[in-house]
Amino acid sequence: MTRYTSATPADRAQMLAAIGVSDPAELFEQIPAPLRLGRPLQLPDGLSEAEVCERLAALAERNADAEDQVCFLGAGMYDHYVPAIVDAITSRSEFLTPYTPYQPEISQGGLQVMFEFQTAMSELTALPVSNAGLYEGPSSVASAGYLAIGATGRRRFVVSRGLHPHSRETLVTYSRGYGAEVVEVGLEGGLTDAAALAAAVDGETAAVFLQSPNFLGAVEDVEALGAVAKRHGALLVVACDPITLGILKPPGECGADIALGEGQPLGNRLDFGGPSFGFFCATEAQIRRMPGRIAGETEDVDGRRGFVLALQTREQHIRREKATNNICTAQALNALAAMVHLAWLGRAGFRELGELLARRTAYARRRLAAVEGIEPLHEAPVVREFAVRLAAPVDAVLERCAERGIAAGYPLGRDYPEHGDGLLVAITERRSREQIDALAEALGAAIAAEREGVAA
Amino acid sequence: MQRERAETIFEKSKPGRRAATLPAAGVPESPLAELIPVRLLRAEPPRLPEIAEPEIVRHYNRLSRRNFDLDSGFYPLGSCTMKHNPRLNERVAALPGHARLHPAQDPRRAQGALELMWLLQGSLAEICGLPHVSLQPSAGSHGELAGLLLTRAYHADRGERRTKVLAPDTSHGTNPASVTMAGYEVVKVATNERGGVEMDDLRTQIDADPEQVACLMLTNPNTLGLFDENIAEIARLIHAAGGTLYYDGANLNAVMGHSRPGDMGFDIVHVNLHKSFSQPHGGGGPGAGPIAVSDRIEPYLPRPQVVRREGGNGHGPSYDLDHERPKSIGRLRGFQGNFGVFVRSYAYILSLGADGLAEASETAVLNANYLKARLAAGRAGERLPVAFDRHCMHEFVLSGKPMKRELGLTTLDLAKRLLDFGFHPPTVYFPLLVEEALMVEPTETETKESLDAFADAVEQILAEAEEDAEVAKSAPYTTPVRRLDEVRATRRPVVRQAL
Repeated sequence: MTRYTSATPADRAQMLAAIGVSDPAELFEQIPAPLRLGRPLQLPDGLSEAEVCERLAALAERNADAEDQVCFLGAGMYDHYVPAIVDAITSRSEFLTPYTPYQPEISQGGLQVMFEFQTAMSELTALPVSNAGLYEGPSSVASAGYLAIGATGRRRFVVSRGLHPHSRETLVTYSRGYGAEVVEVGLEGGLTDAAALAAAVDGETAAVFLQSPNFLGAVEDVEALGAVAKRHGALLVVACDPITLGILKPPGECGADIALGEGQPLGNRLDFGGPSFGFFCATEAQIRRMPGRIAGETEDVDGRRGFVLALQTREQHIRREKATNNICTAQALNALAAMVHLAWLGRAGFRELGELLARRTAYARRRLAAVEGIEPLHEAPVVREFAVRLAAPVDAVLERCAERGIAAGYPLGRDYPEHGDGLLVAITERRSREQIDALAEALGAAIAAEREGVAA
Repeated sequence: MQRERAETIFEKSKPGRRAATLPAAGVPESPLAELIPVRLLRAEPPRLPEIAEPEIVRHYNRLSRRNFDLDSGFYPLGSCTMKHNPRLNERVAALPGHARLHPAQDPRRAQGALELMWLLQGSLAEICGLPHVSLQPSAGSHGELAGLLLTRAYHADRGERRTKVLAPDTSHGTNPASVTMAGYEVVKVATNERGGVEMDDLRTQIDADPEQVACLMLTNPNTLGLFDENIAEIARLIHAAGGTLYYDGANLNAVMGHSRPGDMGFDIVHVNLHKSFSQPHGGGGPGAGPIAVSDRIEPYLPRPQVVRREGGNGHGPSYDLDHERPKSIGRLRGFQGNFGVFVRSYAYILSLGADGLAEASETAVLNANYLKARLAAGRAGERLPVAFDRHCMHEFVLSGKPMKRELGLTTLDLAKRLLDFGFHPPTVYFPLLVEEALMVEPTETETKESLDAFADAVEQILAEAEEDAEVAKSAPYTTPVRRLDEVRATRRPVVRQAL
């Protein structure tokens, strides 16, 4: 018996007798003999719970996490404070261990959470329809592409270079499958080049993809940029950081047909990149083309209010090859974490958090720009992340900061070769003024040392 | 369960209440309009609930009591592998070194995480019998899409363009949906009288245009819980036509340590870490759907890939993320995948070890066959016969056709009545080729007592229906709500709270 199974020798004997076989091996005889493994797997023997714990703790120890270092890394995932009630609620068995709510009568808790989550995301984005969640941000962008093909019958996407590099790459990957062309429009002064965008969009364009704040942290004028999509009958898809929507004009008020993004900043931990969730909101016109689960309100036979999975005729288990998407995961537990976090922040707190981020980020940007060897990469407005240029090799500077216990930011060179000297710095409510000052000092010292050729 | 009238958290909101207190800014409190142009700012904040912490906690605790869950009782949902979720795995996933590790951390400072991924890849490769693994796909359906994109890239690299993907009529709905999304056309293959692929039909479909066959997607054991004895011949036929063979790993829990997809001839396998490897389902996610592939598919695996570099001069090995993969299909998502899921599944594999995994599968198969026998010995033997009468693997499919004909009870009615007995019903109306299908997967972590209790409940419901079928037809009675109007929710969708 493993520690998770219960069949005693006596149980097994009784069960085998009921089946009418003498050995469990007989049940495996339906596997042709040459295909039976016939040897133990080449894996170690099982360990006790205490040993597993120690083994995993030893691995975790070899990572520099946001408790070991002061973390200014962002680029789509952020070191926000997750309130204690998120852990308390998401660790309840009733939310942690059920499957997708296929039996609504005994899944009202989970379905109502989805309905509340949809309401919250609809409020954040100012679009009437939200699904219950997708895998994460970049694959949500790719799903929007699939929707746009279905909605317009066209197969070309025009994509701002300000869209997260992982989103752009994922969109290209998916496009090779469903068949679409991806055209990229560059940035000017940190913002999407409006003239280039207008020139790239035409009557063959299925969708225009923008991100605000974009990957360099700059707040785009989505309304002005997106008008060209409307003129040519293309969908406007806007990727956004949900935590900024307490203060920034929501995509729904800027003409977006679809607003989506990475949900991690809402109540989800970093987890080295996942699991988190993607959110996906749209206009009424797209409701029957939406990907993923959607909870809807209804009544039971006694007239009592209840919730079910709505519009299931879009989905793979009903529509098979004609489904609007192949996804069946809603990242329900991660969406619950987001909902609890949003309820905890509340109407006032959500806005205050946005203001707090904007003010600390403005301070950090000024403070860093005052350091010898650092200048802003762009002057566009920012909320919670900004880009600077360093007058010394970025990797070497980052290494010196790391040695002082600071993860100073994300080097832009890998994704933007034109910004090989660029550093992206993210601010959360956990990054105090003192930490920002320490970052400025560490960067200044590191740049100076590099320029003077001092050995690290 | 909790049965009061549903009220959303938005309806419990009252102006002026709040839970969060934020840290003081500690920097100049400039008006927002001085930082960001007014036309880019929001006029009114979103109408999130205004509610204090005690009532938030109470609200979600009450909601939780309107859910049935695996820790409350037997959950024999076919093809979903509702096995116990060890709490040890939650503990190790929550260690700060995992939970607060930023995904863009320099790989040199994330060696533990990359090593864990490397070790998990190696374990899955051994279990699947295929040498290369990408952990990136976020779920089974994502793995399927990855597999089809890999197939496309593999053929394209050989100068071939193929258009058709074969899938049995018993396949999971995600299979055909993934096929369309990957830009292929689905060709259905029939099922034979033993529940396997109909070989003549397969040959006909291939021979119709062998050069168009890109791939065959198969679940083995299939969705009937039966191992396809012809798998070696199936693989030979597909490979002879130049196609790839894709293994939907939803049913891997039947064969861990007993038989390996790679040895069966599969080129690409996805593994549902949330099924076979104990990641909690979370009420519909998160999960993860890593893929294992053969040598010829390896060059096309998604970017980035975890690699191990042997150290020299007395240094140990080091781990890195390889982004330079010129033939790669590219990214399928952000960052490295659902790492938190990897931690849990790796802890599970360490806990069970080689023997434990094999024993888990053996017990899963034993439990399924025992429950099948228990049911067949009672009224279900006549009313709910097993669709294909032979030993099953980890799950089996019953047909409610006689029950419907003789008692007027549908599979749905039986499922709803089971709710009153405190059980989660099996999967219903799938696979599609079995009329009034009921798909039962007990898993290895259930006791004989649970299986007996379930068989007794089915017996009791059938006996009750012989007296008065109306009882089950109007069930359930004891749940937070009774049968819901699902048609209305689709015809006139209300998908958010009106405010």
